[in-house]
Amino acid sequence: MSAVNGLSDPTGALYPANPMQVDLVLQVQGLGRVFSGNGSPPVTALEGVHFAVRRGSFVVLVGPSGCGKTTLLRLLAGLDRPDRGQALLDGEPIRQPQRRIGLIFQQANLMPWRTIRANVALPLELIGVPAGERRAQADRLIEQVGLAGFEDAYPVELSGGMAQRVAIARALIARPEVLLMDEPFAALDALTRERLSLDLLRVWATREQTILMVTHNIAEAVLLADEVLVMSARPGRIVARVAVTLPRPRRQDMLYSAELGRLSGQVRSAIEDGGVILAQDDMPEVNRGVI
Amino acid sequence: MPPLLNRRRGRALLTALFGLLLLLVWEGLYRSALYPPFIVPAPAEVFARFLTIVADGSLWGHLLVTLQEVLLGLLVGGTAALLLGYLIARSPLLGQVVMPYLVALQAIPIVAIAPLLVIWFGSGLTSKVLICALIVFFPMLINTIIGVRSVPAELHDLMRALEATRWQTFRHLEVPAALPVVMGGLKIGATLAVIGAVVGEFVSARAGLGFLVNSARSTFDTPRMVVGVFMLAALALGLYGLMVLLERRLLAWQRHRR
Repeated sequence: MSAVNGLSDPTGALYPANPMQVDLVLQVQGLGRVFSGNGSPPVTALEGVHFAVRRGSFVVLVGPSGCGKTTLLRLLAGLDRPDRGQALLDGEPIRQPQRRIGLIFQQANLMPWRTIRANVALPLELIGVPAGERRAQADRLIEQVGLAGFEDAYPVELSGGMAQRVAIARALIARPEVLLMDEPFAALDALTRERLSLDLLRVWATREQTILMVTHNIAEAVLLADEVLVMSARPGRIVARVAVTLPRPRRQDMLYSAELGRLSGQVRSAIEDGGVILAQDDMPEVNRGVI
Repeated sequence: MPPLLNRRRGRALLTALFGLLLLLVWEGLYRSALYPPFIVPAPAEVFARFLTIVADGSLWGHLLVTLQEVLLGLLVGGTAALLLGYLIARSPLLGQVVMPYLVALQAIPIVAIAPLLVIWFGSGLTSKVLICALIVFFPMLINTIIGVRSVPAELHDLMRALEATRWQTFRHLEVPAALPVVMGGLKIGATLAVIGAVVGEFVSARAGLGFLVNSARSTFDTPRMVVGVFMLAALALGLYGLMVLLERRLLAWQRHRR
């Protein structure tokens, strides 16, 4: 398993030699994706993306816009197929979309004709869970994300932040092994964003969920993550990994702490160096301590 | 705006007053004696004629014939438009192959096709239903295509990620998402269907509101023609109202606002 598709990882920095030692839920091995437009020259969106995600951890991917973060998430979700390499969920290649992988988009993407409860319960409805059980689970999650009292409201009656909370509840109700989040707070104002991200952490802590989130807000990345992965500009690839040593539970005031500032600085300089593609061996392994 | 106009009853009153105004203009035009009565008959005479046709029972017969043609035409044309529209929306190739012919069919005035249909299918119900169906088909087809294509790609991704079956995606996503636009097409279709029925009845018929108008024309019975025209307007209005009610029921969620 250590050398897949001819890729080597001598330091084992991103991909431990023996995956059995650590419980890896997601393994990304040399993933590449090239978009060939009609007539226009092909664009390499991703090249040799290589990393792994431990079960139950909160990993955040940051990088400049257009670095292929969304492309990567779509590949991991099985919504798109890679041209090279593979992504494994529990050791099995991801070939098509599946319930075990949850998805949260930039927009809440609620169904406007369904009530909040019916939106949250949709994943259960599709697998034939009886109505009473659906309702009970949905109401519990709606309460957990702080929307008790809105069960019978329709999406048009909610603000952007509230809608995104519903989307989070809908993603969690299916109990996916991995939750992929594509800039889930990008469309929200700064205050709502902060509050919602901390609430997400709270819900995450109770559910033993693995989360892989994409953002381009560095402070947010550090505040939330166990581990920050830095992607380079096109073609996108992982150029650095920063382990976040902040204690849990995370609090809002940590946003202004010296430690968060220091870690954010590391992430920022990694992004700025990102133009230089680092060889696998030179991968800066920042702060690789116990998470 | 004064508060009276904000209320529903106030608005209904205004609508009724406007109708009364139109009636007064008509009466004035009749009394001015600018036109002979066989061109502009008196409102009172038209109303009297209306009562006679009601009394001898012939009006309901004509109304029911036209209503039957219209409803069956809506059903046939609407079903065909929904089926084909969905298939075209899902398959761009099919759209490319058949759309030019559908557009050409739509471009031919219905009055030109109607006599052909009467020759092929006789002067009974079938030809009228087909004419109605034909005129209803196109706007409903276009709205169905637009409706199905307007389903957000992200919601399709969501359904894929939830491993929804083809049928589940259709039932839980495509149908409800396309419904507002499809209902718009149905509302247009309902009024157009009345036109289709009249066109058919003008070509050849033994009954129906269009037949009523056309036969009255041959005897210069203008009041009778006006009664027929008003009944057609009432029929179209009634159908439209029915569609609005149906829409309100099916799209109740749209009335929720912040």
